[in-house]
Amino acid sequence: MNPFAYERASNAAGAVAAVAGHPGAAFLGGGTNLVDHMRLGVASPDLLVDITKLPFDRVEELPSGGVRIGAGVRNSDLAADQLIRSRYPMLSQALLSGASGQLRNLATTGGNLLQRTRCVYFQDVTTPCNKREPGTGCSAIGGYTRYHAILGASEHCVAVHPSDMAVAMVALDATVVVLGRLGERRVKLVEFHRLPGDDPWQDTVLGHGELIVAVELPALPFATRSAYRKVRDRASFAFALVSVAAALDVEGGTVRDARVALGGVAHKPWRATQAEAALRGAPATAESFRRAADAELAAARPLDGNAYKIPMVRNTMVAVLRDLSAEATP
Amino acid sequence: MIVGQPVDRRDGRMKVTGRARYAAEFPLQGLAHAVLVQSTIAAGTILSFDTADAKGQPGVLAIITPDDAPRLQTKKASQQMVTAPLLQDKDIIYNGQHVAVVVADTLDRALEAAARVRVQYRQGEAVTIMDQALGQAAVPKHFRNGARPPDSQRGDPDAAFATAPVKIDVTYTTPVEHHNPMEPHATIAMWQGDRLTVWTATQGISGAQTTLATLFGVEPQNVRVVSPYVGGGFGCKGNTWPPATLAAMAARVVGRPVKLVLTRAQMYTSNGYRPRTIQKLKLGADQTGKLLAMRHDGFSQMSQPVLGEFVEPVALATEMLYACPNVAVSHRIVPVNQGLPTYMRAPGEASGVFALESAMDELAIALKMDPIALRLANYAEIDPHENKPFSSKKLRECYAQGAAKFEWSRRTPGPRSMRDGRWLVGLGMATATYPNNRRAASARVRLGTDGVAIVQSGTQDIGTGTYTVMAQVAADELHLPLSHVRFELGDTRYPKAPVSGGSSTVPSVSPAVQAACAALRARLFDMAIADPRTGWSGASHSDLRFENGVVIGPDRRITVPQLLAHQNLAFVEAEAESKPGDEKNEHSLHAFGAQFAEVRVDLETGEIRLTRCVGAFDAGRVLNAKTARSQLIGGITYGIGMALFEKTEVDAETGRIVNANIAEYLVPVNADIPPIETILVANDDRIGNPVGVKGMGELPMVGAAAAVANAVWHATGVRVRDLPIRIEDVLA
Ligand SMILES: Cc1cc2nc3c(=O)[nH]c(=O)nc-3n(C[C@H](O)[C@H](O)[C@H](O)COP(=O)(O)OP(=O)(O)OC[C@H]3O[C@@H](n4cnc5c(N)ncnc54)[C@H](O)[C@@H]3O)c2cc1C
Ligand code: SF4
Repeated sequence: MNPFAYERASNAAGAVAAVAGHPGAAFLGGGTNLVDHMRLGVASPDLLVDITKLPFDRVEELPSGGVRIGAGVRNSDLAADQLIRSRYPMLSQALLSGASGQLRNLATTGGNLLQRTRCVYFQDVTTPCNKREPGTGCSAIGGYTRYHAILGASEHCVAVHPSDMAVAMVALDATVVVLGRLGERRVKLVEFHRLPGDDPWQDTVLGHGELIVAVELPALPFATRSAYRKVRDRASFAFALVSVAAALDVEGGTVRDARVALGGVAHKPWRATQAEAALRGAPATAESFRRAADAELAAARPLDGNAYKIPMVRNTMVAVLRDLSAEATP
Repeated sequence: MIVGQPVDRRDGRMKVTGRARYAAEFPLQGLAHAVLVQSTIAAGTILSFDTADAKGQPGVLAIITPDDAPRLQTKKASQQMVTAPLLQDKDIIYNGQHVAVVVADTLDRALEAAARVRVQYRQGEAVTIMDQALGQAAVPKHFRNGARPPDSQRGDPDAAFATAPVKIDVTYTTPVEHHNPMEPHATIAMWQGDRLTVWTATQGISGAQTTLATLFGVEPQNVRVVSPYVGGGFGCKGNTWPPATLAAMAARVVGRPVKLVLTRAQMYTSNGYRPRTIQKLKLGADQTGKLLAMRHDGFSQMSQPVLGEFVEPVALATEMLYACPNVAVSHRIVPVNQGLPTYMRAPGEASGVFALESAMDELAIALKMDPIALRLANYAEIDPHENKPFSSKKLRECYAQGAAKFEWSRRTPGPRSMRDGRWLVGLGMATATYPNNRRAASARVRLGTDGVAIVQSGTQDIGTGTYTVMAQVAADELHLPLSHVRFELGDTRYPKAPVSGGSSTVPSVSPAVQAACAALRARLFDMAIADPRTGWSGASHSDLRFENGVVIGPDRRITVPQLLAHQNLAFVEAEAESKPGDEKNEHSLHAFGAQFAEVRVDLETGEIRLTRCVGAFDAGRVLNAKTARSQLIGGITYGIGMALFEKTEVDAETGRIVNANIAEYLVPVNADIPPIETILVANDDRIGNPVGVKGMGELPMVGAAAAVANAVWHATGVRVRDLPIRIEDVLA
């Protein structure tokens, strides 16, 4: 491991200044992703600025009825939070389906959003990877792609974003609050993560030294009826093959509104806007759900090792929506 | 009787409180740390090393490459060249091969320097995937160490198959798997002149002693191997793989004790793996289910021939499991640019019985017959291959008791015929068998004035309970309470015992312990008879008893301290060796079992979850009901991993193992393991060995994957012939 310096930030502006002014610096959250990458040689910061002592560890109700989640809130605390459990059950479920209890106790909200892909080539410094080393090529294409993308990939990178939490947050239309040297800015989470395009080394729109301070969830009354379903080989402690986060607003047998996002399918948590559009105003039937899934999947382009994801997403989306609509029917 | 009771593991408290000292945990003065550098290409030659940057790092003591590595006596070392690569040449034959060792004063410094070693290669042609090299399939030269040919035939299976009214003709495949013991391979090596001491994680201290002595050209008695605790082996610590040797080499180079612990990623290219197999199965039967023909042709992945030979003996169980007059089996190896494969829990049987018992299920379906009834219709009363009686075989009882506990009778025969809400339910079963192996072993026992018997044997406890069960055997033989028996192992200063492999530790070492204790008792009786103060002169051993540290004879008793005092002795000691006789010539020695699995498959997502397992086993006499059950549930769990999760993914282009960590290589977690009920059918097999035991470390893994695959078929109607069974295989 590269020798590095460590400091503990005592205020947000100081943390931003420390990292922004130092090209080799990185923020340290729970460290469950960054420290692994340092051991693997995937990341080699020479300065770690520990932000876990900053006062970003609260979940607060906003006057608008939404919720503000501090970037330092641990995944386990967020999953257990009463506000989250009652208003956004899908988010609590998504968090609990991720990693293991020990990891969730360490992992922070900000770090979770910024965790990097699990593409096995990205994690192995001996193999070419455009995301790790721009311009070296993509080893996954033509290689081992069981976990890779079916939507929004490019010829330069076919990796997926591994977070469960982010999928639920994208469905909930979250906003990321970011502090930079010039002050605060707000970025819609759907626009926060990027598609790989021809510069896959940029996971997000965040600049060096910009600090996530919070994630805000707007009020969404019908999200009280929402669910997160993760499909994986193991019953626990495994990344998603695919996942579906959904909330459904049904009245009189008709879908008034819907929120659907997919995990394990793209370089970013994938908001299923095509599916949502197809659902709005449609009868709440299995047939509509299937059509919504097909609408979203029309753009899917499988690789050699992951064609199974198309039926898996379709079936899972239909199952989640059906279960939600069954709950809605008194 | 203490034997048989569910005595707690004696090492348990030490382990859960962190006081048990594993190989990497011995504190030595001046300990330096070694880190391996491994190749990043799959074939070719090393042109040069650039070590300037690495050497300049703080704390670096040495960088050993083939350019300057001490020469070793590798030629003499062993049949399977598990001793290579040892930096003796510059050829690269697989990706992840050791090419250099970096030694520094701390681990972090060694790691950083190792990352800075640059290697220039001339790249060669590599074939990295077995399926691309089937044209190179070769006949093994040293199958079973030359004890038998790789092929066998009885009757005329091809003719019988051609005319059989019901036929199964299918191909099964199993992937490369890695052992993934919790404790990685670790060694501390220390030289004092020409004397070498190693603390190492090994399943075989004697083998390590011999191998290291040979490689370094020193006398075996100058090599001491210490291994009191091993954090799991499953076969990957059975041989003396290069890291142990490289640690000793590094210690010699830097003139300090050196510790070398593999990283998890290095565990995937340093100590073997279960090779991929491709197995062609043909079964022919008549309408009543009587087997008329069986053919089992197995291909297994091998490394390049310079590393010797390892064959996965997939078809041996097929020879002996069913009474069929016409049977042929064959074994071939396919060389690729990968490391040397090795034994992994139930080598041969785990992969081979998956294929055989899946094919039997397919045959039962074709015959519309109950799977257990089909097996009973072909029950082998004697070993049909060796034409010898079994020393004992309680497989019928296993089927019956397992089926009763599992409530097999609730199974409706058709696929997709059982449901539970959104879940399809499937019930499957399979047979298990594993040879009852035994090798020569020795033990020593010493009884002192404190009345405590110290029993020693150079065997190993790889987490299985050796410490506990051997103490139980000794306590019974000496009629001492368990608290008065101490059992010591894991040191080459103790009498020699075999490698803990092939489930042979208990069948080999417990007879030696029993014999040593019997010899000790005889010595005590001799002493008592000769002691003028007992007045027993002329008495024979049968007139005496030894109980709770007291020799009891006609009219009087004498304690051990008294006996010792009369002769001015501090202790009395005896040693014995116990080895197999000709029981193997007259009998076929095997353990057996019946595995049952219940799965649920989600109708929509295809997720496969186990909800119940039952395993009923004939493992001979049970020494400890608790440690036995632990072996059984552990083995079934390992089998579940094989069935549903485990697969080493190789990048075809580079030959690199891409999921070389336990986040991406899936082993089962607690949530995957259903309630497992185990049954040990009553048996006591004194033909196999004088204690009546059969090895049970590997047995419970055999057939587990087939039971799951058969249950998945029953749930879904999908026959998966390629492990692991994945969601995408059953997704509608
Ligand atoms: C074995 C294993 C299994 C896992 N399984 C899952 C799973 O099933 N599902 C899942 O979703 N996740 C899974 N994870 C990933 C886990 O959720 C992430 O590692 C974790 O959420 C990262 O949070 P952290 O606080 O530890 O981040 P860190 O490792 O501390 O940081 C990650 C990155 O974010 C940056 N960073 C951290 N905080 C901020 C901030 N406030 N502002 C700006 N930058 C910041 C860091 O500089 C770093 O680049 C798994 C991880 C492991 C090791
Ligand atoms: S998919 Fe992306 S992350 Fe993976 S190897 Fe290709 S470029 Fe790298």
